Amino acid sequence: MSTKPHMLKPVKVLPGNVLRYNFAERLMHWAAALSYIYLLLSGLAFWTPWMWWVAMMLGGGPVARAVHPWMGLIFTAAIIYMYRMWLPDMRITPTDLEWKKTIKAYVRNEEEEMHPVQAERGFARFAPVDRFNLGQKYLFWVMFWGGIVLFVSGMILWFTEYLPPSLNWLRLLAAIVHPVAFLVTLAGFIIHVYMGTAVVRGGFSSVIRGEVSEGWARYHHRLWLERIQRAEAAKK
Amino acid sequence: MAGKVLDIRAISATSSPAPGIRSAPVVAKLIDTTSCIGCKACEVACQEWNDLPPETTVQDGTYQTLPDTTPNFWNLIRFNEHETADGSFQWLFRKDQCMHCADPGCLKACPAPGAIVQYNNGIVDFQQDNCIGCGYCIAGCPFNVPKMSKHTKKVYKCTLCVDRVSVGLEPACIKACPTNCLTFGDKDVLMQKAENRVKQLKVAGFQEAGIYNPPGVDGTGVVSILAYANTPEAYGLPKDPHVPYLVELWKSPLKWIGNFAILAGILGTFIHYLRFGPKHVPKDAETSPTQAAGGGQ
Repeated sequence: MSTKPHMLKPVKVLPGNVLRYNFAERLMHWAAALSYIYLLLSGLAFWTPWMWWVAMMLGGGPVARAVHPWMGLIFTAAIIYMYRMWLPDMRITPTDLEWKKTIKAYVRNEEEEMHPVQAERGFARFAPVDRFNLGQKYLFWVMFWGGIVLFVSGMILWFTEYLPPSLNWLRLLAAIVHPVAFLVTLAGFIIHVYMGTAVVRGGFSSVIRGEVSEGWARYHHRLWLERIQRAEAAKK
Repeated sequence: MAGKVLDIRAISATSSPAPGIRSAPVVAKLIDTTSCIGCKACEVACQEWNDLPPETTVQDGTYQTLPDTTPNFWNLIRFNEHETADGSFQWLFRKDQCMHCADPGCLKACPAPGAIVQYNNGIVDFQQDNCIGCGYCIAGCPFNVPKMSKHTKKVYKCTLCVDRVSVGLEPACIKACPTNCLTFGDKDVLMQKAENRVKQLKVAGFQEAGIYNPPGVDGTGVVSILAYANTPEAYGLPKDPHVPYLVELWKSPLKWIGNFAILAGILGTFIHYLRFGPKHVPKDAETSPTQAAGGGQ
C-alpha cells in the first residue's frame, strides 16, 4: 500500500490525467523489456534449431552467445531495481484474493458489471483493485523469481571454460534449469504483452508517457486512484 | 575437420535429417592396456600430426604428462596406480581421449547447427568454425573429454585423425605405438581380435580381463582391453556411462512440451482476442460514482 513520495511528486500531467508511472519506473520497465526481448530472441535460437536464423540476424551464433549474458546482467539489474521500487505495491493482499474469485469474468471482459454508476451491484461482484491487479502481481513475481533463477544458472554457464570438471554436474543442472525458467517467464511475457497492448487499451501508453485518464484509473485501479487523491487532498 | 569424403550420419542442432546416405564400415581403435608400457609415443605423435602447440607439463608426483587433457592436448596416458590383492604395485595405463561414442552425448547437447558431426564410419568430430562456445557438449559427455580453449572460446578434442582416416591412413598414435598395443581398423574385426586377446589373458591368470565397449552409449569407437574389466573405475573409466538422463529429458520431451507451450500461448492469446477483444473504459467511468450519483438526483 505504497504512498511513496516519488509517486506524489508534483509532475505536470494533462488535465484530467493522473501520473501512473514516473520516469524511473518507465525507464526500468523498458530496460527490462528490451533486454528481455534480446534474451528471448537469442535464447530461442539456442533453444531450437528452428529458430537458429534469429542468431544469424543477431550477428551469428558466437556473437549472440557472447552478448546474451551481458543482456542478462541488464535484465537482472532492472528486476532488482523494480523489486526495490514496487515491493509495497506487489504484495498480495486480501482484496486481491477477493478479486481472484471473479478472475474468470475478468478474463471474459465482463467488467461492465463493475460500471461505476451501478457501483453497488458491480463492486459486490468485482473487488476493487489497488495499483496493480493480481494478474500483474503474478507477472511481477514470475519475472522476479524466474529472473533470479535465470541469473544464477546463467552465471554458472557464462564462464564455462573456468568451471572445473568436478563441477560438471552443476553445469548440466544449470543447462536444464535455465531453459525451464525461461519457459516459465515466457508464459508470463506473452500474456503481459498481449494484455498490455491489445486488451487493456491505455496500458501501453501509460508505460510510455506515464499518464492515464482519471476514468481509466477509476475503472481499472479504483483503490489506487482514491488513495493518491486522498494523499493529494491531504497535502493541500 | 575432415574434407567432404565422409558422409555425415548425425549432425548437431539440425532439424532436417543428416545428409549421409552411403554406409561405411564402422572404424575403431583398439587399446590393449595390458601391453601398454607408458612410453607416451602416442602423445607425441598426436601433438605432431595435429600440429598442436605444446603444453607446459605439470609435475604432480606421477609420471603422467599432465593432470588432464587440455584444448591443446587430446591424448593423455594416465598412470593409474593400483594395488593388487597380494599387495604389490601396478600401473594401470589408460589412453585418455575421446571415446567416439556411437550415441554421442556431446552431439545431443549441442545447440549450434553443425558444430558436432558424426561421420558414417562412427567418428565424432567438432567443427570449431560452427562452435559458439556454450560448453553444453562438456555437460553432455560422460567421459569428460571436450575441453574449451580460454583464447578461442571453442571446444577441442581428439578427431580420431579423421583427416588421415578419410584418406585411408591410420591415426597418428597407431603409427607411433612400439608395442602394437594400439590397432586400428574395422570395428567388427577388431572386436574379434579383442575377444581372442581376452581369452589369452584369462589363460595367463587375469580372470577379470574383459573388453570396455560400454553399451550405455551403444558402444564406442575407442575400445579398451582391461586386465580388470570388472573395475573400470580403477582405470578412471565410468562403470556404466550413458548420455546424462537430464540431456535426454531436455532435448526430447522438454523441448517438444516447450515448443508446444510457446505456440499454444501465442495462438491462445490470438483466439482470446478474436473471442473477447479489448477492454473498453465506458465513457461515464470518466466521472466518479459519487458525482454520477449526485448528478442523477
